[in-house]
Amino acid sequence: MGITCETIWRESSNYIDGTLSPDLQQSIDEHIKTCHACASVLAGLQNIVTLYGDERMAELPSGFSRRLHRRLEANMPTTRRNFFGWAVALAGSVLAVGGIELSRASHELPNSSSKLSQRLAKPIPPDLQVVVSDKGKLFHLAACPFIINRETVRHMTASVALAQGLSPCTRCLSKYL
Amino acid sequence: MPENPAETAYEAELIQRIKSGEHDLFYRLIQPYERRVYAAALAIIRNEADAEDIAQDSILKAFRHLSQFRGEAKFSTWLLQITINQARMRKRRMTLRAMESISDQQNDEGDYMPREFADWREIPSESLERKEIRTALVEALSSLGEKYRSVFVLRDIQHLSIEETARVLEISPGSVKTRLLRARLMLRDFLSPGLNGQWTATPAFAKGNKPWE
Repeated sequence: MGITCETIWRESSNYIDGTLSPDLQQSIDEHIKTCHACASVLAGLQNIVTLYGDERMAELPSGFSRRLHRRLEANMPTTRRNFFGWAVALAGSVLAVGGIELSRASHELPNSSSKLSQRLAKPIPPDLQVVVSDKGKLFHLAACPFIINRETVRHMTASVALAQGLSPCTRCLSKYL
Repeated sequence: MPENPAETAYEAELIQRIKSGEHDLFYRLIQPYERRVYAAALAIIRNEADAEDIAQDSILKAFRHLSQFRGEAKFSTWLLQITINQARMRKRRMTLRAMESISDQQNDEGDYMPREFADWREIPSESLERKEIRTALVEALSSLGEKYRSVFVLRDIQHLSIEETARVLEISPGSVKTRLLRARLMLRDFLSPGLNGQWTATPAFAKGNKPWE
């Protein structure tokens, strides 16, 4: 009552987001019962938010992750486990005194990409049975405790999940990552 | 981004271990954010190949500067800030400015007035299975100017909060709201002819007529 169309349009975004005061919300609800134009604006905005908010609107190009990992691998420094991190730090101290320990320590480091190579050489089996929940962006093993909306899960193979642009859960499928 | 405490703690632990030298874990850290980084880059640069390149650059930069991440903001916010900055720098270099759409040159002053008043029935999400619908949505989005597109992508596609969006883009929450409203209304007008079915209404406000003035 007394609220103008202009005010409603200005607040339409907040209305959709549900961030208006209850009074203003109610005034708008009353207004759109009889104002066709404003009802159209709000219904249209709701559709926009719903459609663009769907996860299918945020898909990655095919092969994105593979290319990214290749680039990272090419640019990552020598991988060190904690122990070797300490070894290098220690070697650095020795070097500061004039020693040549650093180069020796470096030579003793494991092959930087050994773990990565291992990972890449052991991909997720394509026929591995996985589950995906409604609106989920990850695929999981059925027993994974991190599945959201478990009641909506669909079963498929890992290759199908990957083809749909879904990503593996980093918890239950960690041995493949 | 992790919303529950267990996931946040897991992420914090990952970051700590990566800083300690377990670089392989970086793959796990960024894996949930690959889509967001790519989408953020694409929101600035409307070219898929460049967006992917920027996404890679940004993730690599995040790795190299992870020691500077202090955990004051969410990791995802920090990563997206890097991405937006990288994309903007690239865009500057590419001198795309001249080709930028007209709507980008509008300022936030003044209200955006809806132009279409036809009925909008509810559009089921299943319609996204149809390629022409998705293509129309992508085209509509790319017709927006960058400042509107970037806010819309972060807020409505990536579901960041108003505050997170403001932080990533380094603008005020008020500007986020203003731009979001305008972006949503522009997309609605852009998509109305194709998506709303039948025209059932005579615009209550004829073109150029602003009854409130």
